[in-house]
Amino acid sequence: MSKKMRAAALGAFFLAASAAFAETAAPDPWPGLVTDIFQGRAIAPADGTVSLDAPKRAEDAAIVPMSMRFPDPGKVKGATLVIDQNPMPMAASFTFGEKAGVDFIETRVRVNSYTNVHAVAETRDGKLHAEATFVKASGGCSAPAGKDPDEATANLGKMKYREFKSAVAGKREAQIMIRHPNNSGLQMDQITRAYTPAHYIDAVEVWQGDDMIFKMEGGISLSEDPNFRFTYAPNAAKTIRVLAHDNQGGAYKAEWPIADAS
Amino acid sequence: MLRRIAHIVAVLAPSFFSAFGAIAQAPFALKEIASGVYAHQGETSLMNRENFGGIANLGAVAGDDCVAVIDTGGSLEQGKAFLAALRAKTQKPICYVINTHAHPDHVFGNGAFVGAGVVFAGHKNLPRALSLRGEHYLAAFRQIMGDALDGTTIVAPTLTIADSTAIDLGGRRIVLQAWRTAHSEADLTALDEKTGTLFAGDLLFLQHVPVVDGSLLGFLDVADRLADIKATRVVPGHGPMVAPWPKALEDERAYLTRLTADLRAAIRKGESVKEAARTAGEEERPKWKLFEDYNARNATAGFAELEWEGP
Repeated sequence: MSKKMRAAALGAFFLAASAAFAETAAPDPWPGLVTDIFQGRAIAPADGTVSLDAPKRAEDAAIVPMSMRFPDPGKVKGATLVIDQNPMPMAASFTFGEKAGVDFIETRVRVNSYTNVHAVAETRDGKLHAEATFVKASGGCSAPAGKDPDEATANLGKMKYREFKSAVAGKREAQIMIRHPNNSGLQMDQITRAYTPAHYIDAVEVWQGDDMIFKMEGGISLSEDPNFRFTYAPNAAKTIRVLAHDNQGGAYKAEWPIADAS
Repeated sequence: MLRRIAHIVAVLAPSFFSAFGAIAQAPFALKEIASGVYAHQGETSLMNRENFGGIANLGAVAGDDCVAVIDTGGSLEQGKAFLAALRAKTQKPICYVINTHAHPDHVFGNGAFVGAGVVFAGHKNLPRALSLRGEHYLAAFRQIMGDALDGTTIVAPTLTIADSTAIDLGGRRIVLQAWRTAHSEADLTALDEKTGTLFAGDLLFLQHVPVVDGSLLGFLDVADRLADIKATRVVPGHGPMVAPWPKALEDERAYLTRLTADLRAAIRKGESVKEAARTAGEEERPKWKLFEDYNARNATAGFAELEWEGP
């Protein structure tokens, strides 16, 4: 082996070593997120308060289903879903109605890169509990841009409601879908060098009659066409009602009869 | 110390050569599939450093005056290899580069063809798709392909097609047809009228599982309408470089039909998107390559699309 090759191999060794180092030493954003999102409050392990179900590998990085379960919903005041490595990590922060009995909620998020996802539940006594899981974004061809921007604009604010037979006796399961591009504001037009303005749903409230089931504050990490599937304890109300709001001042309302309401 | 170095070298040598050694592209094969019509068969694989992004089928048509190139490959380097192979077949000037859509394996070679008198043509939505996605594609594939992507840039079309246009290569017309959102939001086909050769871009997949990055229902609809095109052979976006027309559409239509039916059934049953992504289209698995890489993704996006059907 020539001296040159040896030198090159050594160079390669150091490159490889420093690359490996860079990977392991990439700063964990979580401590900073605890400060920013939760004001540095102590966060205990989940301990059965909350569980997070996320795919190990995102099939479509623009539509990654995330579900949170709360075995004792009466104790849970709210829950926040954090995609640690996303540009705007707080995907959705839910607050549940006092008697809403939400023991399951699923939404869909965008995942930019390999990341931890945290589900942080706040109990009614003011304590925080978290569960984390690691998600690999599939990357590659799946750009964060919408698949059909014209269609997204044409249907802005349209909503759809579905009901399902709940697996739990005495509970109902429903799904709310809102047509919205949820533009992140991070997509630069390469020709004009201008950014497509951020345009996303930032607040949603879901009510049964006069009782709130949940409200959500959200950001650009929610997928296009925000989608919520959840269980709740019925209160004999005849209708379910949704108010949604976006960051450009758009307000969207819809109300549907509850099919099996007595 | 020397012995230690030798040991390190021995251990690292294989990874060193693959990770840091210069890589060479396989010779670029370009075949005349009909008189004056050339095609190159991409590797049925994902884009990576070893294949220089060369996974899509590429083509060219030579008229009396000039040449139209249809898609340019998955890197500047592949585009250059394509150009060199084309030059060995014809010295006529290149007047058009037609991009069948915005995906990186079809447009990353554009830079090799930039020059005076070359018109880049694409679907009316192609400039928007490239401007919104181009930067993301370059960054994402830089991670996967490393230096094989050196010099690759995004080149946008200057001629855009909203419906249908014919371009003249000198005694030879190429009909460019823009389609509704299907495989992607910017699908364009090119038909060489003289030989009845259709360049379908990624509106046609053979052997490589179809990829839906636009609309599942749109793709099904366009696949049906494509069958009306009068052609005798087709160059699909992926798979064999040439196939009989319109028979070549059958497998893709069967896949899209099965996936749609499975997803509709899952939605009716109240399944979650995650459950549906695991099972929808599964019956088609043995027929396709790269099924594991794309089917669940197609199913996930298709589920989110089909959920809006009905009241």
